Amino acid sequence: MTRDERFFARVLRFLVPVAVGIAFLVLWEVLVRASGIRPFVLPAPSVIAESLAANFPSLMGSLWVTLRVTTSAFLLAVVGGVGLAILFSQSRHVEMAFFPYAVVLQVTPIISIAPLILIWVGYDRVELALLILAWVAAFFPILSNTTLGLRSADHNLRDLFRLYGASRWQILTELQLPSALPYILAGMKISGGLALIGTVVAEFVAGSGAATGLAWRIVEAGNRLDIPRMFAALFLLSALGIAIFFALTLLENRLLRRWHESAIRREG
Amino acid sequence: MTADAREALPLVQLRGIGKTYPNGTVALAGVDAEIRKSGFVSLVGPSGCGKSTLLRIIAGLIAPDSGTLSWQATGERPPDIGFVFQDATLMPWARVADNVHLPLKLAGVSKDKASPRIKAALARVGLADFATVFPRELSGGMKMRVSIARALVTEPPVLLMDEPFAALDEFTREKLDDDLLDLWTAQRFTTIFVTHSIYESVYLSERILVMGARPGRILADIAVDASYPRGRAFRESKTYLDTCATVSAALRDGAMP
Repeated sequence: MTRDERFFARVLRFLVPVAVGIAFLVLWEVLVRASGIRPFVLPAPSVIAESLAANFPSLMGSLWVTLRVTTSAFLLAVVGGVGLAILFSQSRHVEMAFFPYAVVLQVTPIISIAPLILIWVGYDRVELALLILAWVAAFFPILSNTTLGLRSADHNLRDLFRLYGASRWQILTELQLPSALPYILAGMKISGGLALIGTVVAEFVAGSGAATGLAWRIVEAGNRLDIPRMFAALFLLSALGIAIFFALTLLENRLLRRWHESAIRREG
Repeated sequence: MTADAREALPLVQLRGIGKTYPNGTVALAGVDAEIRKSGFVSLVGPSGCGKSTLLRIIAGLIAPDSGTLSWQATGERPPDIGFVFQDATLMPWARVADNVHLPLKLAGVSKDKASPRIKAALARVGLADFATVFPRELSGGMKMRVSIARALVTEPPVLLMDEPFAALDEFTREKLDDDLLDLWTAQRFTTIFVTHSIYESVYLSERILVMGARPGRILADIAVDASYPRGRAFRESKTYLDTCATVSAALRDGAMP
């Protein structure tokens, strides 16, 4: 492929999905207008946009709350997951003792422990409760992926490190962590989405005006049958999820494109 | 002990080395050998004869179940060793220079201080211009050269090679054989070279230890009566062909029930 063709292909990869999206919105608008469906059943995109504009300050405030909880929970999940995986990699006994409980934490549906966490933390500190719940949701993929990644270092390279008398610390930092990086990044991509889901679920459960995130706006709009506003909040929530996914994909590409098969663009 | 007597001592002595794997396979049984300093010795044999296991025992990567290993200079502990695996075994996330830096880095030598030695090691294997590329951008033969540069960057007295060129095409392999011999004649590190190719072992070595399987043991100790440098002429000489026939016969005898 020539330079021009490559550029064209990249533009196309961006333009085609956008064109599909626009076509979908136009079709939606036309169908809603033509059929006369009431806005409280299915509002037209133009009505949703109006609602978004009208409620902009409150929705942005809520977006900020959800974004803050999601990203803090995600970052703490990365720190905790990678940290615990490193601890596991240093001792099989520690791993044997604690890994099953990490699994228990993962398989227990987050929504079922949400009320308990809320009561323990208290309704005066709802944001902390949301943070804990989102963290629980996001934590496990990082832990399990990093654990696998730390173990996947090339055996011959490990022998080579031993041959040169490398310390545990050197083996960890120079061999195991770089080997685990693709696994950690894959775990982060899953966790980014889960952190958002955890936040939304926790907000739903917290409810009753104590939480002010986007999920709460959806519940609130639903109670008032303000469906356009509900869609507006939903739109922002999706946009947030997409932004998280793209940010993590970009990070993965930046870190791996020089050496890892998954990120190397091939010709032809 | 006089200096002459010390010089005459073998660099490493193996006495009754045995190794049985947990699944019951007897990898090695009663292996005795002496390896002379500055020599080039090949271990040749069919797969499963324990030649790689023996090399790893010599490197100190695995412990034998029985027998002793004694190094002239350091006793039971091996001295500085360079090791080359069948795969180049490079760190894919590190540039060529950083891969070569590894043994020095692990010994606490910073990149700046190590830089001249890294450059020299890369120049020796003919890769002076490739310091900043990533391993994936190199061909199989070039990766193996990086692996050799890494093994030699500490200028170790001993170089152990575990079927290093087995995965390469024949042209690349012959070129690397010649380049390895050039490095060896210039620096005279003791080389123990594991291969399953009779031709390669005869072309490279001063001495060949022929190994047999089940249990792994040394069948014959064959000297190659030819001087260095060796080249195309040696590959076509009568000595070469006769020695190949001798090694081949020793392997066949060992395979008899």
